[in-house]
Amino acid sequence: MVAGQGQRATSVDGTEALKLSIRNLTIGYGGVPALRDVTLDVRRHEIFGIVGPAGSGKTSFLKAIGRMDEFTRAMSVEGQILFDGKDVREWRNVYALRRRIGVVFPLPVGLPMTVYDNVALSPRLSGIKKKAQLDEIVERCLRRAALWDEVKGRLDALGSLLSGGQQQRLTIARALSQDPELLLLDEFSIAVDPVTTMRIEDVLKELKSEVTIVLVTNLVQQARRLADRTAFFLTGECVEVGQTEALFEGHVRDERTSAYLEGRFG
Amino acid sequence: MSEASRGSALDELDRRNADWYIDRLVQVLVFVGGVSAIVFILGIFVFITKEGLGFIGGRFSITEFFGSIAWRPTSRNPTYGALALIVGTASVTGLAMVVAVPFSLGAAIYIAEFSSGRTREALKVLVELLAAIPSVVWGFIGLSIMNPLIIRWFDTPVGLNVLNAGIILGLMAAPIMTTIAEDALKAVPDSYREAAEAMGATRWQVIRSVVIPAGKNGLVAAVLLGVGRGFGETMAVLMASGHSINLPTSPLDSVRALTATIAAELGETANGSEHYGALFTLGILLFVVTFAINLAADIMVRGGRRGRRATAEGGA
Repeated sequence: MVAGQGQRATSVDGTEALKLSIRNLTIGYGGVPALRDVTLDVRRHEIFGIVGPAGSGKTSFLKAIGRMDEFTRAMSVEGQILFDGKDVREWRNVYALRRRIGVVFPLPVGLPMTVYDNVALSPRLSGIKKKAQLDEIVERCLRRAALWDEVKGRLDALGSLLSGGQQQRLTIARALSQDPELLLLDEFSIAVDPVTTMRIEDVLKELKSEVTIVLVTNLVQQARRLADRTAFFLTGECVEVGQTEALFEGHVRDERTSAYLEGRFG
Repeated sequence: MSEASRGSALDELDRRNADWYIDRLVQVLVFVGGVSAIVFILGIFVFITKEGLGFIGGRFSITEFFGSIAWRPTSRNPTYGALALIVGTASVTGLAMVVAVPFSLGAAIYIAEFSSGRTREALKVLVELLAAIPSVVWGFIGLSIMNPLIIRWFDTPVGLNVLNAGIILGLMAAPIMTTIAEDALKAVPDSYREAAEAMGATRWQVIRSVVIPAGKNGLVAAVLLGVGRGFGETMAVLMASGHSINLPTSPLDSVRALTATIAAELGETANGSEHYGALFTLGILLFVVTFAINLAADIMVRGGRRGRRATAEGGA
């Protein structure tokens, strides 16, 4: 398995197997720190889980990767975020960078256009115009997001009128339509029922062979089910990173980690 | 709780106190305020119609009114052909929109999507200041600045024409259109922008494929309100259009507007005369057109709120 070999392949030049390499990342909002001095690596084709209570800096971490701090004026980012070995802030074309990174926000955002156009938007932006090709992408992405069966008869309905859970799956389909190399999921299951969550989780496991996934979640069990490795964030600090199973079995360096994972926190 | 104290608590439920009366009073006041607005509008409509009815029921002829350009109310054999006035108003308003739509939508997009912080606040205040310039000042600009410029640039004998009035009216309508269009764009949730930007859309792609479609109804309403403003504007048009009865064949022809005709002639007519009635008939026409435009704008804005099904451009 590629993901397993990745751990040893780091010796080539230290970055070959790494999709993301975060060095001393510090994020603040107008002087108030949200994330302090985080250093971690995300390997190619792994699912990297991030767990932690509210306010631990998980979302800020994801935002900084896609340089989405540029929407938020007060947000300052220091340190290095190496994407394929190069700092994201050195890529001249931020739009091309973002096209390679799919993002799913915690709250569903069905854009006020048809279901079809929601999923076809990204391919269209990158220049795909052929109807047949778009049809194929739309169907594939909606199927993967476990939404196709519910909307195949009404692709021309307004995306913003779908139910919350459907909109969230639409958002996932839209992120997949970018054909991303890196998929950032921020508490994707917050508005989705458990059965659908399970279906999407299965899809994520399949996608792992093509995509590197960073999964921020409030459900520690979800991290246990999906993540190869997991990081525990607490009030802006990365407490520790480790093999998910090992962490859950109690092999932790910091007592706070197992306290959180076992639910005896605070 | 003892039996006695529970009894007194129930008494309290049955007693109207000051809060109750104040609430009632405010309800009545608000109701009167709301209804009076409707009553005034209806009153104006009834008054205009009554004054114009004598003419419509007597001398008025549809073919002459809408088909002839001979507006000669003071001649020995008076004729009341309003076609030139209607075309005059329409051509000036049309040109005004050609000027105002790109300016105001561009300004609205810049203010709502690109500027931020102080620049943005300063621009908003400035646009609102522009909207407050009295129309007679705009008319004066048309008369004393635009007029000689147009004469020099286009080598025409008179610079008071469709072009002059259209530009003046366009500049006049642009600020209010900008304000409304900017509100419409601001009403588009930021989450849409972030979702599109996260997908790798450029600023312009976000605006073009997400923000403008989402705020479309508000933008159309802004344009329609601008059209309504153009139709109803009197003083600036009177001063800048040349005020001569004419079916324009080029933007350099002088025209006369419906509103300007009423303003210029009403003071010199005998109350209740045929001419007087004819002017009020022009007023009815203006009222109906303005009402229809505002109604259309209103329906547009409502349509946006209800979020009707969009026809799928790609999925069809």
